[in-house]
Amino acid sequence: MQKALVSVTGQDKVGIIAKVSTSLYEQNINILEISQTILDGCFTMLMIVDLQEAPRTFQQIAGTLSEVGRQIGVTVNIQRMELFAAMHRI
Amino acid sequence: MIEANEILQTIHMIQEQHFDIRTITMGINLLDCRKNTDTETAECAYEKITRLARNLVRVGCDLESELGVPIVNKRLSVTPVSMISGANPAAIARALDQAAGDVGVNLIGGYGALMHKGSTIAEDILLESMPEVFSTTNRLCGSVNVASTRSGINMDAVRRLGAIIKEIALRTADAESFGCAKLVVFANAVEDNPFMAGAFHGVGEPECVVNVGVSGPGVVQRALEAVRGEPFDVVAETIKRTAFKITRVGELVAQEAGKRLGVPFGIVDLSLAPTPARGDSVAYILKEMGLEMAGAPGTTAALAMLNDMVKKGGVMASSHVGGLSGAFIPVSEDIGMIEAAAANCLTIEKLEAMTCVCSVGLDMIAIPGDTPANTIAGIIADEAAIGVVNNKTTAVRIIPAVGKKAGDTVNFGGLFGFAPIMKVNTFNNDAFIQRGGRIPAPLHSLRN
Repeated sequence: MQKALVSVTGQDKVGIIAKVSTSLYEQNINILEISQTILDGCFTMLMIVDLQEAPRTFQQIAGTLSEVGRQIGVTVNIQRMELFAAMHRI
Repeated sequence: MIEANEILQTIHMIQEQHFDIRTITMGINLLDCRKNTDTETAECAYEKITRLARNLVRVGCDLESELGVPIVNKRLSVTPVSMISGANPAAIARALDQAAGDVGVNLIGGYGALMHKGSTIAEDILLESMPEVFSTTNRLCGSVNVASTRSGINMDAVRRLGAIIKEIALRTADAESFGCAKLVVFANAVEDNPFMAGAFHGVGEPECVVNVGVSGPGVVQRALEAVRGEPFDVVAETIKRTAFKITRVGELVAQEAGKRLGVPFGIVDLSLAPTPARGDSVAYILKEMGLEMAGAPGTTAALAMLNDMVKKGGVMASSHVGGLSGAFIPVSEDIGMIEAAAANCLTIEKLEAMTCVCSVGLDMIAIPGDTPANTIAGIIADEAAIGVVNNKTTAVRIIPAVGKKAGDTVNFGGLFGFAPIMKVNTFNNDAFIQRGGRIPAPLHSLRN
């Protein structure tokens, strides 16, 4: 398993989850967990995904997701999960 | 399982608090490149560097994108050149500069010498070549170790460096004397420092190694905002926890970079390295502790605690900590320090006191262009004495900006920032500096 975190932030609107999930589906990326909150009107979605079966490189995936974000007017980032484990778990 | 608030904390550190990995520095041994002539040595060094470091920038960029943490600089350090050079070290200098450009790193360190006890013929020649080299190369940096706790202070080297720094300033006068920013004069130089301009690949190091320097003054400042008014016990604990988190990311990057480059991971340098960006300042951390500006009474105590807590938090987060580790206080590279110097709250004398407890020394300080060489040598000697007696690394990177006087400003651009010209005490010390010789190593018992 190659876990990564997809974070989506921006103004809440219809279809954010749909668009991002569709892109992940098209890139054969499995969603393991989703959490979503609205903080001060700012939409924040965190998705933990598995890149194991994704055929493309990390950079290509990141580029596509960022483009999807641009189209719907939110920021979409993807980061390897190791970063968060390193910082918050001993 | 990692909680959502932890994930968001990390994202905020990167997006809003300027957290970054300051540098991945590959250290390369060049001792085996020493040939019959400097030209052949230069060719061999060029070949070795471009072979070993060809993937450094790509690996750095890959990690940056995968982790989402900026890795600001990719750099190289090599064996002090005076160990492989002869009559024409400038030939090697040009090869190193070229190699750095060709592999895409922004700086390469190691054009220097270890002469804390005395100098070799090659070291003398290399020292004399510095003004020409630092005014005609782009990426090359260097350092000279003039003192150590075990051998004392080489005052001949100190005197010569005062003059060399003046000469570099003159030769780069049309670029605000920027050449001087590429030369560091050390006492107790460390062999595995990844930060420039003082990085070099020490003789005790392996063939090739990857060292990582972390940063994050903005993250510490933000964490302290949450404990305003609390006693120092709480402040100390907060800094420690934050330093731990920052260093963990440095460790991850270092391990991963080493694996991908096929070279051993050396150390994580757990430094708080500021940039001129607002919100990425060590001086602002001191301000957050309750000082109006860096330089106000209490500054040395605040910095001492900050420096110690960064180390205490960081050591547990990494398998190998080294380099210069601590809080850097460069003037031109820290917006809070610039403001304090411009307001005359921060003087060179106060900075000198601060260097007794910070990670390195007098760094990126611009002084009037007409400062005599011996005055600069005197400043170097004072700083070296602090390092030698207190068994710590100290350094001087000082820029006598040609044509500028106290109160003017110099602008170096980018991460090197800008700086107000600081006033220097110019009472005469010629007879002191002209003595030359060596100040003996200090006693290590009867410590008072």
